[in-house]
Amino acid sequence: MSGISRRKLITTGLAATAGVGGMAVADRLARRYGLIPPDDKGIYGPGETLTYAVQRVLAMHAPARQFPRSMISKAPFANETVPTGAAFKHLQAGGFKDWKLVVNGLVERPTTFSLTDLKSLPKKSEITEVACEEGWSYIAEWIGTPLHEVLREVGISPKTRYIVYYAIDGVIWESIDMGDALNPQTLLTYGMNNGDLPVGFGGPLRLRVPRQLGYKSVKYVIKMTATDDIKKFGDGLGSVDPGGGYAWYAGI
Amino acid sequence: MLGPWFCVGFGASEVGCPVGVGVCYSPAVPVTATERKAKAPRHAAVVRVTHWLTVIAFVALLISGLGIVVSHPRFYLGEVGNVNTKPLFTIPIPASRDTVPTGYHTVMPDFNGWGRYLHFEAAWLLVIAALVYGVWGLWTGHFRRNLLPERGERTWRGFWKACGLVMKRYLRRAPPDASGGRRYNVVQRAAYLLVIFVVFPLMIWTGLAMSPAFTGAFPMTVILLGGRQTARTLHFLLTWVLVLFVVAHVVMVSLVGFWSRVRGMITGRSTVLESESEEGMGESA
Repeated sequence: MSGISRRKLITTGLAATAGVGGMAVADRLARRYGLIPPDDKGIYGPGETLTYAVQRVLAMHAPARQFPRSMISKAPFANETVPTGAAFKHLQAGGFKDWKLVVNGLVERPTTFSLTDLKSLPKKSEITEVACEEGWSYIAEWIGTPLHEVLREVGISPKTRYIVYYAIDGVIWESIDMGDALNPQTLLTYGMNNGDLPVGFGGPLRLRVPRQLGYKSVKYVIKMTATDDIKKFGDGLGSVDPGGGYAWYAGI
Repeated sequence: MLGPWFCVGFGASEVGCPVGVGVCYSPAVPVTATERKAKAPRHAAVVRVTHWLTVIAFVALLISGLGIVVSHPRFYLGEVGNVNTKPLFTIPIPASRDTVPTGYHTVMPDFNGWGRYLHFEAAWLLVIAALVYGVWGLWTGHFRRNLLPERGERTWRGFWKACGLVMKRYLRRAPPDASGGRRYNVVQRAAYLLVIFVVFPLMIWTGLAMSPAFTGAFPMTVILLGGRQTARTLHFLLTWVLVLFVVAHVVMVSLVGFWSRVRGMITGRSTVLESESEEGMGESA
């Protein structure tokens, strides 16, 4: 072996060692600052982790884009997924007067809110875009209670790292980190474009998470749980989606 | 056909293998500086590694991207667009969602699950390869030396004249000029510069302009493009610019000898260098 090859070998070895060492340090830092998504395992784990970590470092507190009233879509698309279960039909027949939102987990006062309770909390309106992972989008005015107001009302523990939320169908559940949970634009939405939130768009209650794709804005929300350990929920991947191939973090 | 491949895979010596010979030998003959220079790799190691990483990423991005498009094969201009708004154009295929009115009665299977995961993973591979290549290229002067048009070709006049000469030679299928296969001609330089510094960056830009979190932090990235749906449409159209480039690239490589050039891009060595006379090297691609 010539001298050049040996030198090359040593340089490559050093570079590889530095690379592996750097990765280990990056991994420890990422874990310490909560930059690892729940679906970080498997072949797609590295890509998901990079996307989530980089976007949290760059844009943790940046609000989603807002639009002037003139840009509200005249014909928004509901992508209707109206629940057909008996429980929903019963509540709908009663004009959703008995709709309940249970908030529990790492909170001082687990509470069950009616829609009237939620409406008595501070109200906020945001004109944001719903962007579906399929590619289509629309802009609407969303009216509701900021999630952070509800979390303050129940006395959320500072140990909380994720808010898990459930739809009435018993199948769909999602979770978001505290960056999105505390973003003032994240609304427990009961109104749309100056009216009640239509059933097709998630009425009577939808959690709007405008910094992520549409599938994180779960319709017909009935329960929320504050937790510091997302692995305890479902398959431990942070939502029902990663099992079907859909990333937990959808800020893309 | 595979002979030289196996051979070059292990041939770590400075001396290459003759074409068509399946055995690699490395005689312990001292190599002079001039000889080493003459037999310097056609492509530097960084170019070779990042080239193939880009190939892997591009194929993965193309396949997964087409899979994602199937869920909504309609394209729009401006900020918003959905099945209730008029499309700019549609692709005449069935969709993987029954909510999209395509005119077909079939609904395709869903490709978005694995498609989206793969798309973003491959996008990161591409970005990392591009960063390594870009930093290395600036650091070593690779762009200035090998990709920037040569001195007389940097004015519009000189550039078009040189392009005309190269195209004439291509059309006549004439043998390469005196520079041989060791230097890129002006058409190659222009094509590579366009793809590396314009089309790929635009792909990444239009991709990021569809991210609700990223555009929240950097709203101008989508406003300058004219809206989210315009960004998506551009992302789709630019895909075909890249596909066109790849087709042209592979055709040109095939015309001068596909395996020889592929081998050059894997091992850095070119078979023609050893098998032909120094003057008679093929056109590089």
